[in-house]
Amino acid sequence: MRNRHAVAYWTGFSVILLLLIVAPLVLPEFWRRFLTEILIWGLLAMSSDVLIGYTGMVSFGHSGFFGLGMYGAGAALLLVAPPNLFLALAFGLAAAGVNALFVAYFATRLRDIYFAITTLIFSQIMYVVIFTWTSLTGGENGLTFRAPPLGLPGVLAAPFTPQTLHWFVLAVVVLSYLLLRRIMQSPFGMVLQSIRENEARTRAIGYPVQRYKIVAVMLSGLFAGLAGVLYAIQNRFAAPDFVFFLVSGETVIFNVMGGIGTLVGPIVGAGFFLILREALSRSFTEAYLIPVGIVFIAMVIFMPQGLLGFARKWLNR
Amino acid sequence: MQDLLDIILIQTVNGVVTGMILALVASGLTLIFGIMDVVNFAHGELFMLGAYLGVVVFATTGSFWLALLFATLIVALLGAALQIVTLRPLIGRDPLTTILATFGVSLVLQNYALWQFGPVARNIREPITSHFTLFYLEYPWYRIAIAALSAGIIGSLWLFLKYGRYGIWIRATIQDRVMAQAMGIPVPWVYTAVFAIGAGMAAASGVLFGPLVGVNHAMGLDWILKAFIVVVVGGMGNLGGSILASIFVSLMEAYASIWVSPAQAVIASFVVLILTLLFRPTGLFVPTPK
Repeated sequence: MRNRHAVAYWTGFSVILLLLIVAPLVLPEFWRRFLTEILIWGLLAMSSDVLIGYTGMVSFGHSGFFGLGMYGAGAALLLVAPPNLFLALAFGLAAAGVNALFVAYFATRLRDIYFAITTLIFSQIMYVVIFTWTSLTGGENGLTFRAPPLGLPGVLAAPFTPQTLHWFVLAVVVLSYLLLRRIMQSPFGMVLQSIRENEARTRAIGYPVQRYKIVAVMLSGLFAGLAGVLYAIQNRFAAPDFVFFLVSGETVIFNVMGGIGTLVGPIVGAGFFLILREALSRSFTEAYLIPVGIVFIAMVIFMPQGLLGFARKWLNR
Repeated sequence: MQDLLDIILIQTVNGVVTGMILALVASGLTLIFGIMDVVNFAHGELFMLGAYLGVVVFATTGSFWLALLFATLIVALLGAALQIVTLRPLIGRDPLTTILATFGVSLVLQNYALWQFGPVARNIREPITSHFTLFYLEYPWYRIAIAALSAGIIGSLWLFLKYGRYGIWIRATIQDRVMAQAMGIPVPWVYTAVFAIGAGMAAASGVLFGPLVGVNHAMGLDWILKAFIVVVVGGMGNLGGSILASIFVSLMEAYASIWVSPAQAVIASFVVLILTLLFRPTGLFVPTPK
């Protein structure tokens, strides 16, 4: 039984992976870029699923981690010549990680709704700091920089083309997925899930719940920062808009639409949201968020499991 | 030195005025939370919508007081409708789902305002234009009137909760909703009514605040953030605590803006929040829990 599940799971995984590898070769430019973006936003949503779906804490502040990943990558690319991909990754992750530690230390003192509010306020602090510290961050205009070459030190170096960028993003997202899935199936992940199911009992058994929560927030923040680095490399800029609350809100929408607690669900949710937005913005232009919001409310009420919720148990086995 | 003292006193008045408006917003939020465990993410949008309706009614009737009245009533009715459509189906589910639903509502309302009224800020003319001299400054009476009106509205809410027949229903539901239901109180309708009251209060503060700055579609987020800070600092679901916290946080921001720009003065309230979380995570103005 377990074996058949594994075969089915990995077959499905390989087919989808293969499709995503081949996609940039056959898709026109616009949709290729669109697909890469879905993967990046999907990674952000997946990082937030660690908290929403597995630990039972809703974060409304993921834009803070995402934005610091962007600015961290920007700093590395602007300060160090020639621009280096791995330095950008390291800087972005370090910036997001420090922010995550700060947020985690304070926010995990509170539960449920208070946690959500506190994360929101902390991301807004980052927004205000970045927006007003013009000499460092470029203020409203943000930073622009050149993309680093794709390369392993001493092995190969090639400039990013849209195709190699897509494959690079795909590789990072897939590795992140496998890693997060492994972590969530590990004893550590089990403790997180037991915090979601019954926090008081988990504490009573003897687990230091707050410490687990801090690590969960940091883990989530790091992967959100990774998404930010990828987005910075793809678009070659960092802007305060991406630290703003709207990004955090969209991250939550991706999760709820796709199905929390599945890791892949949020990626599907991001795809669904972006396609919905693309389709609606042609007829509604600026006001596309009105129908999107109505769809979202309807899904919260009638389909709380999200698009992939029906497969939740199957995906986590 | 004398100058600095003057500035500090002026900022104290400013802080109390903003604090009273904030208290009006936050007490609606806290009332809604206290009775049905709903964090109303759309509260800032109801504030914004109230301000816009104030603009519209003011433009047609020319009377500020009519604008205040109608905007409050319309948004209260809208709030009741929103509660019935989006929150009633969620009763009994995880309280976190209500954050998500009201977040969806806030998206819809904010973008509706953007679509309907455009991105340019609108203005309401203040109904009281006279000034009085406060040190070297001509201080508008209108600001004092706002503070008094907000205090009046909050005071009448308190009296209503304390002595009104329906106010007692509301308090009974806060205390024990199952028992209240058993005693024949129509709890679902109490929920709807409380949501409507909270929405109306948000709208009233929007109209009152409108003349001080422009009215635009994005103003809701600022206020919901401040209100969130206030309810965490004041202890959520605690009406008196959130009123004190509103004034406290607004004073801190007003003092901070003596030295830094208003955009950075927001950081003062963030600092208050962080210190509260560090030392009294249950709220500054509640008795220490045993």
